[in-house]
Amino acid sequence: MKVLHDVSIEMTEGETVILLGTNGNGKSTLIKTIMGIVPPNQGEIIFESEGVQINLVGKKPQEIVNMGITMVPEGRRLFPQLTVEENLYLGAFRREARQNLERNLSYCFEVFPRLGERRTQLAGSMSGGEQQMLALARAIMSSPKILLIDEPSVGLAPILVSQLMTSIKEMKENLNLTVLMTEQNFSQATKIADRGYIIVHGKIEFRGSNVELSGNELVKQYYLGT
Amino acid sequence: MSQPLLEVQQVFKNFGGFAALSGVNIYVNPGERLGLIGPNGSGKTTMINCISGLLTPEKGKIIFEGNDITQMTPHHRARAGIMRTFQIPKPFNSMTVVENLCIPLEYAAEHKTSLSVAEEEARKILTLIGIEALGDLKPTGLTQVDMRKMELARSLAGRPKLLILDEVMAGLSGSEVDEILEILFKLNEQGITIIMIEHVMRAVLGFSKRISVLNTGLNIAEGTPDEILNNPEVEKVYLGE
Ligand SMILES: Nc1ncnc2c1ncn2[C@@H]1O[C@H](COP(=O)(O)OP(=O)(O)O)[C@@H](O)[C@H]1O
Ligand SMILES: Nc1ncnc2c1ncn2[C@@H]1O[C@H](COP(=O)(O)OP(=O)(O)O)[C@@H](O)[C@H]1O
Ligand SMILES: [Mg+2]
Ligand SMILES: [Mg+2]
Repeated sequence: MKVLHDVSIEMTEGETVILLGTNGNGKSTLIKTIMGIVPPNQGEIIFESEGVQINLVGKKPQEIVNMGITMVPEGRRLFPQLTVEENLYLGAFRREARQNLERNLSYCFEVFPRLGERRTQLAGSMSGGEQQMLALARAIMSSPKILLIDEPSVGLAPILVSQLMTSIKEMKENLNLTVLMTEQNFSQATKIADRGYIIVHGKIEFRGSNVELSGNELVKQYYLGT
Repeated sequence: MSQPLLEVQQVFKNFGGFAALSGVNIYVNPGERLGLIGPNGSGKTTMINCISGLLTPEKGKIIFEGNDITQMTPHHRARAGIMRTFQIPKPFNSMTVVENLCIPLEYAAEHKTSLSVAEEEARKILTLIGIEALGDLKPTGLTQVDMRKMELARSLAGRPKLLILDEVMAGLSGSEVDEILEILFKLNEQGITIIMIEHVMRAVLGFSKRISVLNTGLNIAEGTPDEILNNPEVEKVYLGE
């Protein structure tokens, strides 16, 4: 089955870009393709680092993580039988991350104090929102340059969604990240995004600034319910 | 007045030094639709675990159909008609979706049913939920959304009197939320009492006759959806600006 059709997106260093789309339109598949988990049938994924362009297609997920690209998968995908701390250490797998381990760990506990309080709790016993914080923190532990976040607001109380968006924005600024975030929660996501894309049936149907997105018919149809 | 179907009376639950529930009271009447909301970590799932028997409270009582079930095993409670969904579904990945449903179906029928009858019933439930096409797949091939629908199907297979839904709408698109709501209203009309834990406001406000709110393991509000929406404390700790 063809899931993505001639998709082209780009992100410049330091941007927060959102990928909007309802379920089944290919958001997660696009993220997995960038991460090397799903191979594309055609096309290129170019990562430019220090003036050098590298095609990521054909590279293994671990190689891509080693280059500084990390994803926060939909549904968190933590190790439920391991503690909070163990999950975080597992995020610091790549060499550069191991060098920064202590610094990253204390940064995670600063952004999400709850995780510091619960270091020894099993990840699987944490509440949904706590698991989402842990999934984000685990990604930060890998010292990423680019963070791909798949639907972070799922399962969060309304007040926590806006807090989480603020945390993502802060992390982005403090750690000089470039962020691609998929979302269905249009109004919260656009609060922190610089611009975005709308994906429908595997095709990019619209690209634009937040203002342009808000005025777009597709957005109105899919997100604002008008 | 008839007695409540379920009553949670002054329930306490600690994890180590941490108090997850500090004297919670909840009741639901037969045929009612109760919403249960509260910030992440406020103790909603812990309370469901106490109701379904996965956890035993340190103090307090759980009364179902007038009987004290506080010490009853989870499978006896399931057989008594209490079914719940899990926030993170744990299907048997080596079995197909239909086979996964046959387990609770055979259990609910006390193993007096034949496998073909159970399978037919399983497919009926999948059709009701709108995922009949997935019956012969293994759960590992399912998307998050389909996994959630399968979890709902699994809980229905236990033939519940009381169905407790732990964030089944999470991650669903607007139209999918509507689909599930329609199914839930139908189930409720058939007589199933439903407790809905949900952060998708449109769903919980539209569905519930009454809403109960927890915060840090305590009841902080109860009322109609309108009353809850306009409650300043709920706004402060849960809804945000
Ligand atoms: N592993 C897979 N095998 C086959 N089809 C898949 C697989 N993963 C996703 N799909 C299909 O690809 C489409 C896009 O899915 P997905 O990328 O998960 O969308 P989204 O993240 O936008 O909800 C859907 O129709 C889905 O059923
Ligand atoms: N087995 C456990 N061990 C330690 N803490 C737990 C355990 N289960 C739940 N908790 C904690 O209890 C609190 C309430 O959790 P939960 O009932 O899952 O909240 P929610 O209202 O989000 O469903 C959370 O802080 C959670 O981390
Ligand atoms: Mg997805
Ligand atoms: Mg919960």
